[in-house]
Amino acid sequence: MNQGIMAAGAVGGAQDAAAYNEDIVKKFTIAAVIWALVGFLAGILIAFQLVFPALNFDLEWTTFGRLRPVHTSAVVFAFGGNILIGTSFYIVQRTCRAPLFGGPGLANFIFWGYQAFIVLAASGYVLGVTQSKEYAEPEWYADLWLTVIWVLYLIVYVGTIVKRREPHIYVANWFYLAFIITIAMLHIGNNIAVPVSLFGTKSYIASAGVRDAMIQWWYGHNAVGFFLTAGFLGMMYYFIPKQAERPVYSYRLSIIHFWALIFLYVWAGPHHLHYTALPDWAQTLGMTFSVMLWVPSWGGMINGFMTLSGAWDKLRTDPVLRFLVTSVAFYGMSTFEGPVMAIKAVNSLSHYTDWTIGHVHAGALGWNAFISFGALYFLVPRLWKRERLYSIRLVTLHFWVATLGVVLYIVSMWISGIMQGLMWRAYDELGFLQYSFIETVEAMRPYYAIRGVGGVLFIAGAVIMVYNLWRTVKGDIREEAAYELAPHAPAPHEVEKTPS
Amino acid sequence: MKKRLLEKHKLLETNVVLLCVLILITVSIGGLVQIVPLFTIEGTIEKVEGMRPYSPLELAGGNIYIREGCYLCHSQMIRPFRDEYERYGHYSLAAESMYDHPFQWGSKRTGPDLARVGGKYSNEWHAVHLIDPRSVVPESIMPPYAFLARKDLAFDDAAEHLRTLRVVGVPYTDAQIGKAAEDLKTQAVGDEDKAEELLARYPKAPLGDFDGDPSRITELDALIAYLQMRGNLVDFTAFDPESARR
Repeated sequence: MNQGIMAAGAVGGAQDAAAYNEDIVKKFTIAAVIWALVGFLAGILIAFQLVFPALNFDLEWTTFGRLRPVHTSAVVFAFGGNILIGTSFYIVQRTCRAPLFGGPGLANFIFWGYQAFIVLAASGYVLGVTQSKEYAEPEWYADLWLTVIWVLYLIVYVGTIVKRREPHIYVANWFYLAFIITIAMLHIGNNIAVPVSLFGTKSYIASAGVRDAMIQWWYGHNAVGFFLTAGFLGMMYYFIPKQAERPVYSYRLSIIHFWALIFLYVWAGPHHLHYTALPDWAQTLGMTFSVMLWVPSWGGMINGFMTLSGAWDKLRTDPVLRFLVTSVAFYGMSTFEGPVMAIKAVNSLSHYTDWTIGHVHAGALGWNAFISFGALYFLVPRLWKRERLYSIRLVTLHFWVATLGVVLYIVSMWISGIMQGLMWRAYDELGFLQYSFIETVEAMRPYYAIRGVGGVLFIAGAVIMVYNLWRTVKGDIREEAAYELAPHAPAPHEVEKTPS
Repeated sequence: MKKRLLEKHKLLETNVVLLCVLILITVSIGGLVQIVPLFTIEGTIEKVEGMRPYSPLELAGGNIYIREGCYLCHSQMIRPFRDEYERYGHYSLAAESMYDHPFQWGSKRTGPDLARVGGKYSNEWHAVHLIDPRSVVPESIMPPYAFLARKDLAFDDAAEHLRTLRVVGVPYTDAQIGKAAEDLKTQAVGDEDKAEELLARYPKAPLGDFDGDPSRITELDALIAYLQMRGNLVDFTAFDPESARR
């Protein structure tokens, strides 16, 4: 019965579709695609700056230090944010069988307001306006603006749920709600600052030193936990059942892992501060909860995977589903790697190295981007009322090019990270440090180059996607051989039953 | 029991306000437990000799360090390991960043830690290195910061910066705020006559013409002044970890 509820929630009646605000979802979809390309390009540029420093162009606006926040904000908040808000608006209307609360005007205001925030933030970085808090770099004026937009977003989302014509709130909406509420809490808590002048950009953050460090990583880790995890799990709970045409595997598991995940995640921040001047009690708490976090994370992974029970064969013929399912595999991998790296002994080696960068990208490229690609391939034909995607085979090509890119990225960063960590602590036979710091920098160079190549492959895949989506919007259909179902191999009991 | 709990969950699935409130409570607990005690437990910030707020010039340099995103490649947090002790010096104390709004501990060492870089290299080395890193370290991958030497430091609002920091808790005196712009000039020019007054307000402040161009005060002057006092304030000969934590 419970699974029946979940399935019904995910379906939504066709007769309601006319009333839904799909225009706003289109807007967010287009914005997500554009910002994805911007964010990936910025990433490739800064990746190659570490191989060829001449790419800093000797200009103040194009140094690694100024462009790195452009990359992180563009992929997380611009690409990720637009896909999250867009899919949440698509899903909440269908699973509640209600049009968006507040009407098209409010939704449009949120859309343009959010794009304005991104432009405010990014232009600031290039001009040197930053709070220097990672993933919270925008200065006070952009922070205030985002707060307004975010509160409106919460109002629209909750309002739509209030107006719902379904008895139950579907599980995807729990995750989106946790994402919206927690990001509001974190954003406000981490950005309390006093501006030097109301007519200037500079402000000083309220807390200092160790307290500010703890607040920053309470924010920073949970930007991962709620922006990049809870919100994206909301996507998983809608798009995987829809694309696989199967109900969510376990209702009970979704309840347990939801509450466990959002409770435990918030405690994990101090693992970014192991062996620092943060008191030991806080570090120990952070490590313990990070390890515990493995369990609800894999609860979500299992619920995503097992939804394919009885539909695994579709992976052969449906590359969109393959994107979605592979993303869950990467989610499982990075949520195992994370707790390992949060163990103090491991962290003493991995901290400050590229291993962390590789870990982040296993999640960001493999999990967040892949599930977003799957969602985009799902949404575009439906939003533009096309029969199907322009080309299914191009989705397969995108999948393999992007996967190769992710693998090159992660593996090169594992090698460079672990190698640099080991080189820093290496002693020669006379008891002296074996390597000067610059020798460890030099040793990283080939791996930085390989990482850059991985990034190029990843954006090449994205360009293939943009082309495919563009042709889909135009209404073209590529003539290509369809993927055929594998010939049916009878199961043993069927063989016995078959009369000869 | 388990079944009944799941039955009760239906209450949340049908009442969005209740669901939101419970989510907010659930996600608030971890942060409260980890953050609030840092403000209340004594000894979280060690009691040490020598820490003082930044001089106006050092503060301006620190703001350039922030503006250029130096923290993205350089940490300022030495961990208590043998190799870090030998490479960088004594492990960092919480007290040493007690006036950093925001903290600059960093998360990545694409370049070396800078928590105790003060005094390790000459002003001249820093100037040459920042203008063209590869002229002194051929294998370096650091961006060049030649534009800092070309830009005059804007410090008309030096006092405003100190006053704002006092609002968030940095104990600047009225005298320090009143003399902010003057102190900045004294330190950047290396004015011997006024040095005594400056050092009384900001002990151990490095003085001098940092960028090698005595005719003007540039952003490079400020950044080097900041770098040259990194980690030099606390007197570690008088530091005892046990008593400092009390």
